[in-house]
Amino acid sequence: MTPIQGVFLITAAAILWSAYMVVTRDNLIHSALYLIITLFGVAVLFVLLEAGFLAVVQVLVYIGAIAILMIFAVMLTRGDVDKLEQVSIANSGFVAMISILFFSTLILLMGQWPAFSSTAPELEAGRDTVVELGTALVSPKGYVIPFEVASVLLLAALIGALYVARPQGKGK
Amino acid sequence: MTFWDDPIALIGQWIVDLMVQLNLPTNLIVFISTLVGVIVVASFGLIAVIFLIWLERKVAARFQDRLGPNRAGPYGLLQTLADIIKLITKEDITPAKADKIAFNIAPVLSVVAVLLIWAVIPFAPGWIGTDINVGVLYIAAVGSFGIVSVLMAGWSSNNKYALLGAFRAVAQLISYEVPMLITLLIPVLLARTMGMMGIVEAQSTWFVLLAPLPAFLFLLSSIAEIGRTPFDLLEAESEIVAGFHTEYTGMKFGLFFAGEFLHAFTVGVLTAIFFFGGWRGPFLDQLPWLGVFYLMAKALLGYFIVMWVRSTLPRIRIDHMLAFNWKFLTPLSLALLIVTAILDKAFEGSGSHTIALFAGNVLIFLVSLVALRQVSRRQQAARKPFKKRKVAKAPAAGKAS
Repeated sequence: MTPIQGVFLITAAAILWSAYMVVTRDNLIHSALYLIITLFGVAVLFVLLEAGFLAVVQVLVYIGAIAILMIFAVMLTRGDVDKLEQVSIANSGFVAMISILFFSTLILLMGQWPAFSSTAPELEAGRDTVVELGTALVSPKGYVIPFEVASVLLLAALIGALYVARPQGKGK
Repeated sequence: MTFWDDPIALIGQWIVDLMVQLNLPTNLIVFISTLVGVIVVASFGLIAVIFLIWLERKVAARFQDRLGPNRAGPYGLLQTLADIIKLITKEDITPAKADKIAFNIAPVLSVVAVLLIWAVIPFAPGWIGTDINVGVLYIAAVGSFGIVSVLMAGWSSNNKYALLGAFRAVAQLISYEVPMLITLLIPVLLARTMGMMGIVEAQSTWFVLLAPLPAFLFLLSSIAEIGRTPFDLLEAESEIVAGFHTEYTGMKFGLFFAGEFLHAFTVGVLTAIFFFGGWRGPFLDQLPWLGVFYLMAKALLGYFIVMWVRSTLPRIRIDHMLAFNWKFLTPLSLALLIVTAILDKAFEGSGSHTIALFAGNVLIFLVSLVALRQVSRRQQAARKPFKKRKVAKAPAAGKAS
């Protein structure tokens, strides 16, 4: 076993364990904290796959923003936490069944995909993946249209948020 | 190759040779040498902080016309060690109904978040923990662990003031991350790479000449990111006791403290790398390790500015803090990014590249000064004049007697 494989096994075990903890904890903040461990583990997996950019973006976007926003939301709605607990625990058997079904279907479908069982090709030395990604995002042959559409959508969301949050009845 | 040409590479080679003689498998040798590298870089930061705390106390004392620590050891150099011993021997209190695990992890995480940055710091040519091609983004990403640690500390303490401090911290740290990241884009744009080594190598003219305003904005928003005076609202002692670390005692408090000091110095290091040429300096061809001294000298200069600001300015009000960020720093940094991008492309390769970018910065500086003056005038005009209060009249002298 190579050290890389050892790191992978430890990370995978940590991800599974913390993901299980996320859905079984009574305390919502504990769930959010375990979710951070899960997301960080996924970032480590990206590093093992030599996708450094994705790993960093995973940490920046998910841990940096979503996890914190989640904790914030939980804190501000603290009065409802007790009610939420009972809901999440009541249907646990049903939820477990659905997730096992979903997971096994996914594995079955993925197993038929040839890339699933092949090993990843070695990256050529001296290739800057970030530069290639950046060029692909803005080149007409690449993904310039989805990229621009996404940015327009985000801008619209931003303006919408400003409109909703604007103080009422004060000037125009 | 003699020892003084490149001591670190030589020591590293010696360790690898030693392991090769022991007939260890290649994978394990790579793994162990990486581990040794990690330990060396992390310990460098942790040992440096002992010296930094002494330095900060000494400098702050001079600003306040005092002597500072001067009893333990020559010039009080051993003061921090004495403090560490004191902190370790103190009673370790965990508040009742505190969340024990989160409470104990938070201080460790706050130091780790800063130490992680040191993995991508280029000390000298070839001396870098790991030269990943997304170095700048990595620095932004690990910063989010600092926010998480503050939140964990504030929430798990089971204390209203601690929670208030954590709320303030999240509002402040997330807000000031925006202008900090936008100004970080400018060195990336000028260097055409996100790798830390590449940014230093691209600075044949220091970026502070091409982008003086972004350098200033980066330092400013970084001070807010550390949560130091004038942005120390998250631990404002006159309002919310000590903010998120109210309930911490002994070395656990010490870890928050050490993390903050190390972060302040790291800000100096980052400013030096992004805008002041990093390890660049004379005689590097003969002695590459001189780069460490150049980098540290420049970083200490940045650190001195942080200390200077801390000792000089009073705390900013919380609504001013947010308004300053969203209504001034963020638009200004966006304008700077756009202007820098256009000028950099327009004058690419021409001799007047530096002059054009510098002039662009000066122009934006003047425009923002005029805009600030306008806003300030409008605010003063809108301010309500003081009403004359009714004052009780003194009774006539004859009546009283």
